[in-house]
Amino acid sequence: MQHLRVSQLRKSYGDHEVVAGIDLELRSGECFGLLGPNGAGKTTTLRLCLGLTDPDGGKITMFGLPVPQKAREARQRVGVVPQADNLDPDFTVCENLLVYGRYFGLAESEIRHRIPGLLEFAGLAMRGDARIQTLSGGMKRRLTLARALINDPDLIFLDEPTTGLDPQARHLIWERLRNLMNQGKTLFLTTHFMDEAERLCHRLAIMDRGRIVTCGAPRELIARYIEPQVVEVFGDGAERWAEDFGRRASERCEKTGETIFCYTHDADPIVHHLDGQNGLRYLHRPANLEDVFLKLTGRELRD
Amino acid sequence: MNAKDFRLPRFSLRFAHVWRRNRLVWRKLAIPSMLGNLADPMLYMLGLGYGLGAMLPEVGGMPYIAFLAAGTVCSSTMMSASFEAMYSGFSRMHVQKTWDAIMNAPLTLDDVLLGEAVWAASKSFLSGMAVLLVALALGLTHSALALWVIPVVFLTGLVFAGMGLIMTALSPSYDFFMYYFTLAITPMMLLSGVFFPVDQLPQAVQSVTGVLPLTHAVALVRPLMSGASPDGVPLHLAVLAGYAAVSFHVALVLTRRRLLK
Repeated sequence: MQHLRVSQLRKSYGDHEVVAGIDLELRSGECFGLLGPNGAGKTTTLRLCLGLTDPDGGKITMFGLPVPQKAREARQRVGVVPQADNLDPDFTVCENLLVYGRYFGLAESEIRHRIPGLLEFAGLAMRGDARIQTLSGGMKRRLTLARALINDPDLIFLDEPTTGLDPQARHLIWERLRNLMNQGKTLFLTTHFMDEAERLCHRLAIMDRGRIVTCGAPRELIARYIEPQVVEVFGDGAERWAEDFGRRASERCEKTGETIFCYTHDADPIVHHLDGQNGLRYLHRPANLEDVFLKLTGRELRD
Repeated sequence: MNAKDFRLPRFSLRFAHVWRRNRLVWRKLAIPSMLGNLADPMLYMLGLGYGLGAMLPEVGGMPYIAFLAAGTVCSSTMMSASFEAMYSGFSRMHVQKTWDAIMNAPLTLDDVLLGEAVWAASKSFLSGMAVLLVALALGLTHSALALWVIPVVFLTGLVFAGMGLIMTALSPSYDFFMYYFTLAITPMMLLSGVFFPVDQLPQAVQSVTGVLPLTHAVALVRPLMSGASPDGVPLHLAVLAGYAAVSFHVALVLTRRRLLK
């Protein structure tokens, strides 16, 4: 069964078409990622799916209910982790969960029954009475995630859930998200962290300028678009090395910032040649999702 | 502007949870909040009422302090609802993004705004009632008719909650609210019969004050507190109810345009 189905979705602001006719399908129990540079239309897509803004065209159904017409009913089964923290600063950790649970029409006793488990999940078991201002960024994120689970949702929207977190906090969130997947929850995630998408998502779509450029499983996309080996070369003279040798020795050679990316099926000759160069540093690695992303969305800066 | 922004509100009882959320915050600060809300109107009422009142014969057929007490019930309700709907409402809408969080749950903006309007009216109701109680304690009112002041004060609170929410929907920052206070609230305070009878004003000005909601609130509350039946009750109620309903709908349309784009 599909939890969410989107077809030919469109949304414009003035002359600017932010979502330009996209199709999506979220299967039950999967983690689906929506990737794209800043301004690609990811957040607008999420808002449209939640019924928070009306589309200019296309169709959305969530749990078989038409959105935005029946968005309120559909949201009863949805949890949302927004991009910016909007926890209630006037409340303690527990009060945040309690008040949020009421919005779903849950009985006070039912919410109180759920709170200890959610605090445990968020690693905040000892902080139930803490004020929000005293929590670290990672704790706030985890509490926001716990808050999104108060109604025991089937589908969870996460808008850049680990932006602004340190690596430890990020790994902890990933672990929790995998935990949710094991419970059979469906996740709809936006991110611009490729490692996050590669780790978590069963399938993902890369979005750019309001359109979906490609869609598939992370490994499958890498295999489809990128040569298996990558050598990144940086340091003074990297550009010259690329002109003299790199371009010839690799199947594809690209430059992003001051780094040269050599894509190839056999990296040995390149690595061998680089070992003899002074002042150049390099990194030899398998191709990853970031390579796909850069290839499909371009290498210039997006603001 | 989208035609759908104009559709009539559709409420659910979930609006009560928005109201309860605000009450829970308020309860933590209830005492200082009440005292802070009361200090200003009380100073005006007692200072002017006894100080200025000592030099005046009766005003509007009653001692000046009693005259002023009735006006203060209305003006403190107006102030309290306006502050709540604007400064606190703006914090929740724009700064803390509380409304966004609520709208991710099965509530709509219509519910959120109704909860906010009823909350601001409830809070201003307490301010109005506090002044009424002080007036009662000072012996400035002793008629059972004064009980009718209670619903009038709540309705007045809804009027200024709705108008305040319009400003909140339009405001880029807190500074913007000063214009509304300077251009709407203060003139109303001075021209609607709070401090002196409206009929002291030139005829031309009186025709303007006749369309101000505070004038109609005062026209109901003052006779009720002095034990007389007000004239033109249906007109006054209709004007207040009209302001409450229309301002709420305008606020809703503007907030939809701001948040649901």
